[in-house]
Amino acid sequence: MSRPQPSRRDFLARTTAAGTGLVIGFHLPGGSGSRGRVGGHGAAAAAATREAALNAFLRIAPDDTVTVLIKHSEMGQGVSTSLPMAVAEELECDWRTVRFEHAPADPAYAHTLFGSQMTGGSTSTWESFDQLRTAGATARAMLVAAAAARWGVAAAECRAQDGVVACGERRARFGELAQEAAGLPVPAAVPLKDPKDWRLLGRATHRLDSPAKITGQAEFGMDVRRPGMLVALVARSPYFGGTLRRFRADRAKAVPGVVDVIRIPSGVAVLAQDFWAARLGRDALETEWDAGSVAGHSTAAQVEEYRKTAQTAGAVAAALGDVDAALAASAQRLEAVYAVPYLAHAAMEPLNCTAELRPGACEIWTGTQFQTHDQAAAAAIAGLQPQQVTVHTTFLGGGFGRRANPASDFVSEAVHLAKASGRPVKVIWTREDDTQGGYYRPLWVSRLRAGLDASGRPAAWAHTIVGQSILAGTPFAAMIQGGIDATSVEGAADSPYLKSIPDHRVDLHSPELPVPVLWWRSVGHSHTAFAVESFVDELAHAAGKDPVALRRELLPADARVRHALDGAAEAFGWGRPLPPGHAAGIAVHESFGSAVAQAAEVSLENGRIRVHRVACAIDCGPVVNPDGVEAQMQSGIVFGLAAALHGEITLREGKVEQSNFHDYPLLRMFEMPRVEVRIVASQQAMGGVGEPGTPPIAPAVANAVFALTGTRLRSLPLRLT
Amino acid sequence: MSQASRKLVLAAAAGLLAFGACAVAERSRPEGHDDFAIVQKVLQHPRCQNCHIPGDAPLQLDDGRVHGQNVVRGAHGMGTPGLGCAACHGQSNPPASYGAHMPPGAPNWRLPPPGQKMVFLGLTAGELCRSLKDPAQNGGRDLEALLHHVSEDALVLWGWDPGHGRVPVDVPHDQFVAAFRRWIEAGAPCPEP
Amino acid sequence: MKLLVNGKEHEVTVPADMPLLWVLRDVLGLTGTKYGCGMAQCGACTVHLDGRALRSCVLPVSAAAGRRITTIEGLDPNGDHPVQRAWAELDVVQCGYCQPGQIMAAAALLSETARPSDADIDAALSANLCRCGTYQRIRAAVHRAAGMTGPGGRP
Repeated sequence: MSRPQPSRRDFLARTTAAGTGLVIGFHLPGGSGSRGRVGGHGAAAAAATREAALNAFLRIAPDDTVTVLIKHSEMGQGVSTSLPMAVAEELECDWRTVRFEHAPADPAYAHTLFGSQMTGGSTSTWESFDQLRTAGATARAMLVAAAAARWGVAAAECRAQDGVVACGERRARFGELAQEAAGLPVPAAVPLKDPKDWRLLGRATHRLDSPAKITGQAEFGMDVRRPGMLVALVARSPYFGGTLRRFRADRAKAVPGVVDVIRIPSGVAVLAQDFWAARLGRDALETEWDAGSVAGHSTAAQVEEYRKTAQTAGAVAAALGDVDAALAASAQRLEAVYAVPYLAHAAMEPLNCTAELRPGACEIWTGTQFQTHDQAAAAAIAGLQPQQVTVHTTFLGGGFGRRANPASDFVSEAVHLAKASGRPVKVIWTREDDTQGGYYRPLWVSRLRAGLDASGRPAAWAHTIVGQSILAGTPFAAMIQGGIDATSVEGAADSPYLKSIPDHRVDLHSPELPVPVLWWRSVGHSHTAFAVESFVDELAHAAGKDPVALRRELLPADARVRHALDGAAEAFGWGRPLPPGHAAGIAVHESFGSAVAQAAEVSLENGRIRVHRVACAIDCGPVVNPDGVEAQMQSGIVFGLAAALHGEITLREGKVEQSNFHDYPLLRMFEMPRVEVRIVASQQAMGGVGEPGTPPIAPAVANAVFALTGTRLRSLPLRLT
Repeated sequence: MSQASRKLVLAAAAGLLAFGACAVAERSRPEGHDDFAIVQKVLQHPRCQNCHIPGDAPLQLDDGRVHGQNVVRGAHGMGTPGLGCAACHGQSNPPASYGAHMPPGAPNWRLPPPGQKMVFLGLTAGELCRSLKDPAQNGGRDLEALLHHVSEDALVLWGWDPGHGRVPVDVPHDQFVAAFRRWIEAGAPCPEP
Repeated sequence: MKLLVNGKEHEVTVPADMPLLWVLRDVLGLTGTKYGCGMAQCGACTVHLDGRALRSCVLPVSAAAGRRITTIEGLDPNGDHPVQRAWAELDVVQCGYCQPGQIMAAAALLSETARPSDADIDAALSANLCRCGTYQRIRAAVHRAAGMTGPGGRP
């Protein structure tokens, strides 16, 4: 998910504010019992070893174990390694002693930019980078001060390294000093290391979550078990916005193991001793639904409607000059319409949440990207204050935006059921529930028009976008300004190409439909990159120019997109001959503060598009964990390829047609191209890496298919027949 | 030449003679040809031909799309190391309570081995007939053994009990076996082409 | 019903039709084996039955009675199977949810094919989905694990 990308100036201002407001960062959240069993570390160890909490982000145990509390959710992107790295670099501890734990929901862990505790927008590492380094540096200063006080020497005579404070000949381990250090005043300002002195940051570092995840010990929300817990499956409306007409529970209640059937706002829940009994019980439940406004809706008709809408002007998101006059005056005009479908996030771990209520307290266990929102939603249902709700963030079996739902759908169900049943309840969504449950990447149509001058250079550019607003109807709706949800036009209204095209306009239609939509890895960029980068490729071919050459002509030499483009072209060997029957395509796109270019080599096998190789280059500024950046590029490419080649959620007669992986296929091992990742060295601002790898791959592949076949595919998924 | 092979050659010759004798009378086809048409209909039903394929990637569903998951025949027709057919296909169909789209099951779920592919897919009646009778392709079976196989083999019988939501072979099994028997009794003639 | 899981015998009272996956997870508390699709499409529930990889979400528990069931928790007593070591060395995991299934499938592959080619790996592991896209590292890690065993050795 994302918000409108903050400007660099915003970011600096905010982080400075966070720096002066360290009292926030150094608040010690109450309720240490909230520390969940995450990654096999946790409260039990904490109690046994009398750990000293030096601030909200780290604790040090007598055995020198440093536990870093991560405020962002580990959903595969590697924050459970990159965030502790930032702390450890300044703390000067021994990296081998570092553990991590998900932080509880607490204002101390609010996102420095967005104000609530959440994970999204590819912001985790850079938004907390200064905060965590400061936390580490401050703790180091306190440990040094404790050692200096113990031995009656000046702190300046002491130095911390590898988990030991040395003052002259004397040595003390962090674990020995932690209790004393915790009692000292927190220093007001502590300088951070010069990046040239970094010993950990910027080096490939093994993931801290690996051991738990390769032995089956890692606890995901799905794995939570509480004494007396029931498992619930919910029968929900097969129509978005549909309402329950009636239900009969007799047969469901007769299923052995079924304990109760309870109506909640989202449907009818069957509560049972285990998943299987709940599943059989739900199958036996009889429900009737009124379809509501989605009745008869089909996505096939929706696309046609959108295509018509795209012929009209929408709310202006970006404009300069007189685009209509410039188009009319062009030597050559081109027009193309692109369409992308609804997409499900399809994380491998289906949605789930466990909730338990006691008088005056509620606990929830779930893999969430949205702690603050979910906490508030749980509190409202339970009739409590948010601080009375303890949120245990487990590992997320994938997030991709689906677990950052302003509607807190899966969390709300669990709390409703815990409240109604008086027992701990784990709500599990089946794969079918997860696939058909909505909150999809919106269906988008883009109409692009351009005029080329006599030299084949684009002189006019008009882009009309049609699709549902993600922010509309959510608590973030106030961010919609002048009819523009910035997440709808990101990557289009701020396309770097526009800087060199004097007359341009980007406008937006935001139709309202009952199909719930949400941020899906790379959000608006997931459709704008496909439209813009396909169209630029069309312009290049129309002008008789090499696709890389035209992009180089349009993108300033000092732009990050240019660094990425050149890096990918070089890594790929752009222009070198390919095997017979193979062809290449390229795309470059900036998102979430980073620029990524990808060149793809494709062929056809039995009429199916086969992607053999992808060369990827990223400029993300300073790199925390290069191995993590590489993994995220591979990951983003696979995610984007699944959408480019397979992904499509369709509605017919108001119902979702797909249900599981047999009809909503993901990319599989045999389809995996060889991916080479090049990190372009850069001193630019630190950007994100979780999402920027996704947008370029669909247009890169579509452009390669055009180079191979002469057929321009303008809809996803890419289909030649 | 083995006894079985000799019998087959004779049967094949009888088939050709029978065809030649009746070729002039188009309206009444040679004895056994109508029966073989029934056999062909069964063998080329998706439940059967999806795994009797010329390549090494089995098909699935009624439209005969390529089996998902990049499944391959493997050295013995049992799938590949790490992904045997039995990884998903059990000894019997999953219980109906499991729902639709479950991998079906039967004892010895497999494809023919790569050396004897026993292809049904895409063959003309004559090609299918000849390959069916060819011991080099049919697992070394003579006609009686073939009849026994289609009458008794659990994996063959699965075609008539394919599990929840799956269309069974549309010729009743007893009619198929009877037709198969009559075709053999008629000398197992092969139609042309 | 008696189940032999990770070398330990368990007496369970469950419906004969209950999928092995849910017996492992909800009855025996072995939650390392994951639910992803419930229809043998994703491989997250892969366990070994008598040493062979199998999808526990579509196997009635009665069909596993009396046979040797191995889950991710029992693959190696110390979590030190060559596949697990290779996975750690190459930082394969991302979200990690599919990885127990991937590891069980890879271990089954290596028990039958000591030195798999890329094609062998693609054939064996294409039935295990990974939404995070760790496929390239899985391929590399399977090769790495194969290299950890002696000539012709079995991991």
